Amino acid sequence: MALLTDLINLDLSDTTEKIIAEYIWIGGSGLDMRSKARTITGPVDDPSKLPKWNYDGSSTGQAPGEDSEVILYPQAIYKDPFRRGNNILVMCDCYTPAGEPIPTNKRFNAAKVFSNPDVIAEVPWYGIEQEYTLLQKDIGWPLGWPVGGFPGPQGPYYCGTGADKAFGRDIVDAHYKACLYAGINISGINGEVMPGQWEFQVGPVVGISAGDQVWVARYILERITEIAGVVVSFDPKPIKGDWNGAGAHTNYSTESMRRDGGYEIIKKAIEKLGLRHKEHIAAYGEGNERRLTGRHETADINTFLWGVANRGASIRVGRETEQNGKGYFEDRRPASNMDPYIVTSMIAETTILWKP
Amino acid sequence: MALLNNLVNLHLGDSTEKIIAEYIWYWSPNLLFLPFLSLWDRGSGVDMRSKARTLPGSVSDPKELPKWNYDGSSTGQAPGENSEVILHPEAIFKDPFRRGSNILVSFCHLRCIHPAGEPIPTNKRFSAEKIFSHPNVIAEEPWFGIEQEYTLLQRDVHWPLGWPIGGFPRPQGPYYCGVGADKAFGRDIVDSHYKACLYAGISVSGVNGEVMPGQWEFQVGPAVGISAGDQIWAARYILERITEIAGVLVSFDPKPIQGDWNGAGAHTNYSTKSTRRNGGMDEIKRAIEKLGLRHREHITAYGDGNERRLTGRHETADIHTFSWGIADRGASIRVGRETEMAGNGYLEDRRPASNMDPYMVTSMIAETTILWKP
Repeated sequence: MALLTDLINLDLSDTTEKIIAEYIWIGGSGLDMRSKARTITGPVDDPSKLPKWNYDGSSTGQAPGEDSEVILYPQAIYKDPFRRGNNILVMCDCYTPAGEPIPTNKRFNAAKVFSNPDVIAEVPWYGIEQEYTLLQKDIGWPLGWPVGGFPGPQGPYYCGTGADKAFGRDIVDAHYKACLYAGINISGINGEVMPGQWEFQVGPVVGISAGDQVWVARYILERITEIAGVVVSFDPKPIKGDWNGAGAHTNYSTESMRRDGGYEIIKKAIEKLGLRHKEHIAAYGEGNERRLTGRHETADINTFLWGVANRGASIRVGRETEQNGKGYFEDRRPASNMDPYIVTSMIAETTILWKP
Repeated sequence: MALLNNLVNLHLGDSTEKIIAEYIWYWSPNLLFLPFLSLWDRGSGVDMRSKARTLPGSVSDPKELPKWNYDGSSTGQAPGENSEVILHPEAIFKDPFRRGSNILVSFCHLRCIHPAGEPIPTNKRFSAEKIFSHPNVIAEEPWFGIEQEYTLLQRDVHWPLGWPIGGFPRPQGPYYCGVGADKAFGRDIVDSHYKACLYAGISVSGVNGEVMPGQWEFQVGPAVGISAGDQIWAARYILERITEIAGVLVSFDPKPIQGDWNGAGAHTNYSTKSTRRNGGMDEIKRAIEKLGLRHREHITAYGDGNERRLTGRHETADIHTFSWGIADRGASIRVGRETEMAGNGYLEDRRPASNMDPYMVTSMIAETTILWKP
């Protein structure tokens, strides 16, 4: 019999000009990702040339049944690592038929912030460290952990190797290459402190594109875990007790910070962030209070503090930045389930636009 | 030893001009009231058959293909003493399984050799073709877009793919267009089907995961007239061949699982020259009105077991009620917002079940809206 893989891997470019575009959007919970595919004439590399589409919002908690259409606006194109050829992934955001962004569309406001001339002038760069936990399907227990029990305490797992220390590396490595293929700016990966937990970094990326790339990287990760028969969790504290949580540390710099004397700008920016600590924390992901305890390399959720090379702080500035007198800083507060559109635009807004 | 796959994938184009043609036909057992057929009927009412023959060279025109015949007494379509049923080739698609210059031949409409080549009762293509060759219908250039839903079942236990045996998954919500090993079951089947159909030359316009876990949908269209039926049947055949490879069953039953689980439909999107023109919205409303007057006749032809699906819940309209609305997924007929805003476009008949016969549904919609006078 012909293999299923022969068919999945068919290169259609010999038989047709048609390509398949997988439209991706964020569902009603603000974290669930959805997608569906359509055939179009290709190739296409400009999102403004792609047709708008629509989906059944009543099935994702985003519209009532008697007025169910939600409109998809294509915003960014990436190469499809699963279908390859000229096929594409399309990151979209969601609108009512009248053209209003629906409540779960956080990209819309982020795009407004990033089109502000003062923000554009500062060319904000982001590097986001996305942590996540792999869970065994059906039981929801971390990959590699004994069912009904626990592995040895944390210590050997951070960047570890070996069948008793690294669980699921094939998923991580497949994801790394798939994202690079897709055109996502993955800058690195590493095994994390808790066994079964991993991290990839996206960046440096400018402005709104940081959010687009993190979301598509999450989508590709979930497609890959689907293939592997494993479940990915972005919960910020998947296991209670002496086990690290999962964050999405957001590294940030602007033109002014990257220039000579930028260290002063960095300190001013951190001061402004400190004045809006509560507002930021409220937008930095659900369940973060279970993670930001002051232990396990976090700062307590009610405290704002910063320090050079301090992983127990809310904001960490690297030694290299301190020595050069310019560079970037790391906001360690966002949870792994944060919405990158909200976090990136809020940091830009507070540090560039907001006046205390 | 050579792998079986090396042999299956042999490219014969270098050694011979001969090609292989897979002749495909179908029939619906429940149209013939023959009791012993319940052995084959999984309740989906759709039974596809095929066999292959060697031809001397490449063929692109179905008219150049020879007619063939098969043993109708083995499929309950003819008595043993007069068993030959004749296959008339109607459409050619590239064979995604054998590739090269090999072809799929469908959908052979079936005629008895006696008395004079008449269509047998299960041949629905014949009467559809008469409607689609009517000058008034040809002038309107009817376009169809059919959303074929289907459910994947675990072989042997007949329980949906991905569902725990003896139990149920979490309630509906996360699965529509969902991603992840706990939400999407069988994507490799769906994706290989998508490419195989595009390769074959079928106008598959998209795919998506459906509301019930293990349920999926592909869309064929826009296709003109009789071609919609040809392409849907060819796509169903390719799907069943792919699930055969995957060791999984495909069901076209309209309500595979009772309870708070969505059914499976074959929503049929429809437009004509008049509805696509400026001011077409009036034509759409007229068409909907005519469809409303023949609601019972249409429902009878829209698939077996549909009463289990059209309950008024789970994004359906009740089977006894005819309603229509803009963007209303609880109506019999839905008109999209885009059509409303543009003032022209198409309508979506949400009533047909997943096991409907596309020849019957497409020709009946054309007949009622273009030819029938109330």
